[in-house]
Amino acid sequence: MISMKRTLLAALVFGALAVPALAQNKVPAPSTEAFEPKNPGWSFNGPFGMYDRGALQRGFQVYKEVCSACHSLSRIAFRNLADKGGPEFTVKEVAALAGAYKVPAEPNEQGKTTDDMGQPLTRPAVASDYFPPPFANEKAARAAMNGAYPPDLSLIVKSREEHEDYVYSILTGFGQKPPANEKMARGMNYNPYFPRHQIAMPPPLSEGAVMYSDGTKATIDQQARDVVTFLTWAGEPKMEERKQMGFKVMLFLIGFATLLFFTYRKVWHAEH
Amino acid sequence: MHGSRYTPNSGIERWLDRRLPIIRFAQEHLSSYPTPRNLNIWYVFGGILTFCLGVQIITGIVLAMHYTPDSRLAFDSVESIMRDVNSGWLLRYVHANGASMFFLAVYIHMFRGLYYGSYKEPREIIWILGVVLYILMMATAFLGYTLPWGQMSFWGATVITNFFSAFDSLIPGFGTAIVTWLWGGFGVDNATLHRFFSLHYLLPFVIAAVVGLHIWALHVPGNNNPLGIDVKGPQDTLPFHPYYTVKDLFYLSCFMIVFAYFVFFSPNTLGHSINYAPANPLQTPEDIVPEWYFLPFYAILRSIPDKLMGVLALFGSLIVLVLVPWLDTSRVRSCRFRPLYKQFFWILLVDCVILGYCGSKPVDAMLLSTPVPLVWIARIGTAYYFLHFLIVMPIAGLIETPKPIPDSIAKSVLATTPAE
Repeated sequence: MISMKRTLLAALVFGALAVPALAQNKVPAPSTEAFEPKNPGWSFNGPFGMYDRGALQRGFQVYKEVCSACHSLSRIAFRNLADKGGPEFTVKEVAALAGAYKVPAEPNEQGKTTDDMGQPLTRPAVASDYFPPPFANEKAARAAMNGAYPPDLSLIVKSREEHEDYVYSILTGFGQKPPANEKMARGMNYNPYFPRHQIAMPPPLSEGAVMYSDGTKATIDQQARDVVTFLTWAGEPKMEERKQMGFKVMLFLIGFATLLFFTYRKVWHAEH
Repeated sequence: MHGSRYTPNSGIERWLDRRLPIIRFAQEHLSSYPTPRNLNIWYVFGGILTFCLGVQIITGIVLAMHYTPDSRLAFDSVESIMRDVNSGWLLRYVHANGASMFFLAVYIHMFRGLYYGSYKEPREIIWILGVVLYILMMATAFLGYTLPWGQMSFWGATVITNFFSAFDSLIPGFGTAIVTWLWGGFGVDNATLHRFFSLHYLLPFVIAAVVGLHIWALHVPGNNNPLGIDVKGPQDTLPFHPYYTVKDLFYLSCFMIVFAYFVFFSPNTLGHSINYAPANPLQTPEDIVPEWYFLPFYAILRSIPDKLMGVLALFGSLIVLVLVPWLDTSRVRSCRFRPLYKQFFWILLVDCVILGYCGSKPVDAMLLSTPVPLVWIARIGTAYYFLHFLIVMPIAGLIETPKPIPDSIAKSVLATTPAE
């Protein structure tokens, strides 16, 4: 009982000390804080979640046909598209896909990397090549993009808070009218899911912008889900291997702990 | 403790025993070491911490084989570990989450020591070595966090090293000189990363050495126990093996289940997403937040408006721990028999959690949805932290009437068990 009283007393002292703080309250300025991201439900969430293979393949198509015009994907090689736990294209498909890209060539017999016009020599990409970036470097990108720099997408999902929900919300968050008290800067687009609501990227997706070969209807929402699934994989390509190993490790540890528990009980039996 | 029970049985053992009595040593300290028979679950964390140190050293050595401490390549080399090195993702996730598990275990271990008075005479040196280990762990964890050279690595390094620039307000230029010396240049850059890597590789071995001293110092008086009373004779103890080896192993396997859950199913929850963006010296992140295990100290630092005083409070919050054996005036070790101080123990624990919460939020945040600035809560929390050690601890020991203390460990244990 005494201990209860003392605890209550302590709480009262805390409360009394907090009162002066109340007097100083500030009214927060009209907020341009980003909206809470939407969660459309993902196949890869939770301990049992795996990537939806169809979404990965469709998402790759969206990246290739839409995003790659401005965004690089520098940490993904063509060969990764055939990796287990990824989009799992066949080796043949990957070879054909890579062959359609041109990458800077190695020095030729004369030790040159440029042709007689001074233009860089190129060769068709192979599976071990990485995705070629859309711009030579950041300066070239900014020059072409109204001063903005489209970030590399390899880790875009992992490097943002709220991850896949955030990227999905950005992609589907265009098309709303900015409130009267938020003045848009020149060349910027309103997107309430972006910090401070002004994003340099114009709405990237449009209805039917890609034609899915599996017959899925290419709505904006569908494209966003698919490309976000693909980009989540691009950031965490070993997720399926990780979770599968995790089940085995967990099963082993639970079994091991159970056996140890009985050993522990047996050893201590006489002493307690 | 004294007087070995080891008798060499074979010719080889006798030969070895006269030259390097290593088997005798292991027998005395790992096997027959007399351990109080009433140690509870909170006493398993010493073993768990040794396991954590081993895991960090082993995974760290292998990671260093694949990592490049160059500011232009560090981030890429970490990503290549995640993508191209066989099981590299596993090594890195074990190492990164291992740091968190290490701190989780050390906090339980420290609060265990505080609750049962394990720092009190004759165990002061064990406690002080423990504080040294904790500070070494903090340094190692901080250095390690900078190595991936992501945004939070870079800006974390900038903030922490700039602590020392606070000394400019004492002697102009002095603090800046220290910071420049720490950085190896005029900004956090390649030279900084190189030396941080070198030190991050060195410190775990220093930790291992101090752990050796910590256990040595422990084995002189022997373990404290939940009753906080001295061992009176062999009836109060059990040999470390098999009793405590099996108990430690069982709880270690439980701890590993928690560890594995984070590694395999939630490996990035305890980190910051922004650290997956490469370091950019021209762009400061929205909020620079340390890892969860530093948050209470971060709150203490930020709760004081003056930079130098904030830094001194931060250092002071660690230094004060060294003095704990002398700040506690009670004759009784265990909080079980200290009705008054026990309550303050729990208040301290809650205080540290509140400070941690304050440290995790932006400095201008409000308390939940109330108009109370969170920094005020952090100030009260900081005040209580120091008050606890400097005022409450000495006074509680003087004014408190402890509960009656049992005569012996054996009696107390047997009282709760039916006679055989």
